Amino acid sequence: MNRNPNDIVRYTASERANHWAVGMSFILLALSGLAFFHPAFYPLSLLFGGAVWARILHPFIGVLMALLFVMMFFRFWKLNIITQVDKEWLSRVKEIVDGDDHNMPESGKYNGGQKIMFWLAAVCMVLLLVSGIVIWRAYFSGLFAIGLIRFSSLLHAAVAALMIGLIIVHVYAAIWTRGTIRAMLYGTVSRAWAKQHHPAWFRQITGGGK
Amino acid sequence: MALQSLDIKARSATTTRSPSARETMEVAKLIDISKCIGCKACQVACMEWNDLRDEVGTNVGVYDNPPNLSAQSWTVMRYSEVEVEANKLEWLIRKDGCMHCADPGCLKACPAPGAIVQYSNGIVDFHQENCIGCGYCITGCPFDIPRISKKDSKAYKCTLCSDRVAVGMEPACVKTCPTGAIVFGTKDDMIHHAEGRITDLKSRGYANAGLYDPQGVGGTHVMYVLQHADKPELFSGLPKNPSISAMVGLWKGITKPLTSFALGMLAVGTLFHYVIKGPNEVSKDIEKEFENES
Repeated sequence: MNRNPNDIVRYTASERANHWAVGMSFILLALSGLAFFHPAFYPLSLLFGGAVWARILHPFIGVLMALLFVMMFFRFWKLNIITQVDKEWLSRVKEIVDGDDHNMPESGKYNGGQKIMFWLAAVCMVLLLVSGIVIWRAYFSGLFAIGLIRFSSLLHAAVAALMIGLIIVHVYAAIWTRGTIRAMLYGTVSRAWAKQHHPAWFRQITGGGK
Repeated sequence: MALQSLDIKARSATTTRSPSARETMEVAKLIDISKCIGCKACQVACMEWNDLRDEVGTNVGVYDNPPNLSAQSWTVMRYSEVEVEANKLEWLIRKDGCMHCADPGCLKACPAPGAIVQYSNGIVDFHQENCIGCGYCITGCPFDIPRISKKDSKAYKCTLCSDRVAVGMEPACVKTCPTGAIVFGTKDDMIHHAEGRITDLKSRGYANAGLYDPQGVGGTHVMYVLQHADKPELFSGLPKNPSISAMVGLWKGITKPLTSFALGMLAVGTLFHYVIKGPNEVSKDIEKEFENES
């Protein structure tokens, strides 16, 4: 029900569904994983019907997220190839964080920060999946040497913490940049939003027009 | 599983003090390998007292039976034939099971509050009703002792008969040992007793006899008298200098509260960024450009 024909489509319905499926899995994983990260978060396990259920469910949700992320990866990876403009953007990221984007180089569909986020998320996903399988005691740990299990436990916790940090930044950036969340909720952005934040993409879509 | 609740020295995944109104004496079990005849009475006594029945397995060609620890077998005899001196065969039989470390790796690794406790007497005990079955205790243990049950997914191991010790009895294996190879008492007494045994063994030609009470894990509450204390690996791979792995230390140490704090600060930081810098809106100029269109 798009009531403004001038709006620009940024994400198709299947892209949005894919994103939120990953997002929901991630939230469930972060909540159940934090429960085992530090005792301060242990009560979060109650959201899953108790800590035993959290322990049982966490790895299965993890596999689900990995599969959903693979789908998302192949939808978006080409758009996230880092170019010279992105490097320039990243070198000036301080300015935009400081609230002044006047001199920022013109971004395409994604800016340098978004692209870094994409690749870091992809690396984190691979590391979490691999280390997660090694420490999945019910089915797989018996196949691995104890040294590898210890290393994987450490790696899984460290990468998970990094991933949570990344997602905090990801979510905040979407909230901070007004008019962004609707792109992922129902697919469209205003023309003004596109021209402001992703001018090169805007030109490409509109064929150089306004 | 045990009865004590007032004399808890450490409790897994707990950041405040545990009930410690009562202080008990530090105890230890001393296993004198030079006196062990490998009869497995201790295995039977353990099964009997704890009411455990492992599955009947198959003969794997050696005396080890069952061949490994399991959720139903909390102690097993490990037999190794070695020639420390050429042409002098020695049959070293080690009763394997939980060492009840003063610095327990299992307790450090466990994420479930109260699933593993250490009493002030030194016994490290699993409380299965709090166990979530993640197996982190196995990851943390320097001796490869805990086993997850296939039936109920809980971790099990030797309790040092904490229920018997709590009421002033010795562990079942100690009670039953026909040669007196296993003795039980205060840790100080057991060290003293071991010294006598070591002197005796040295006088019989075991120059390297000694006590196994590894300091890397803060000492243990199950100790061995070894004929060859310089080479504990001879005794079916008893580790020479066991300690909690540095990786487990890093995984479970100060890094987690620090990381939690950093993530919290990041979340709070974003709020303050919004409050201080304001939202990143589309500029009025660009908005005007498009207003005329529609």
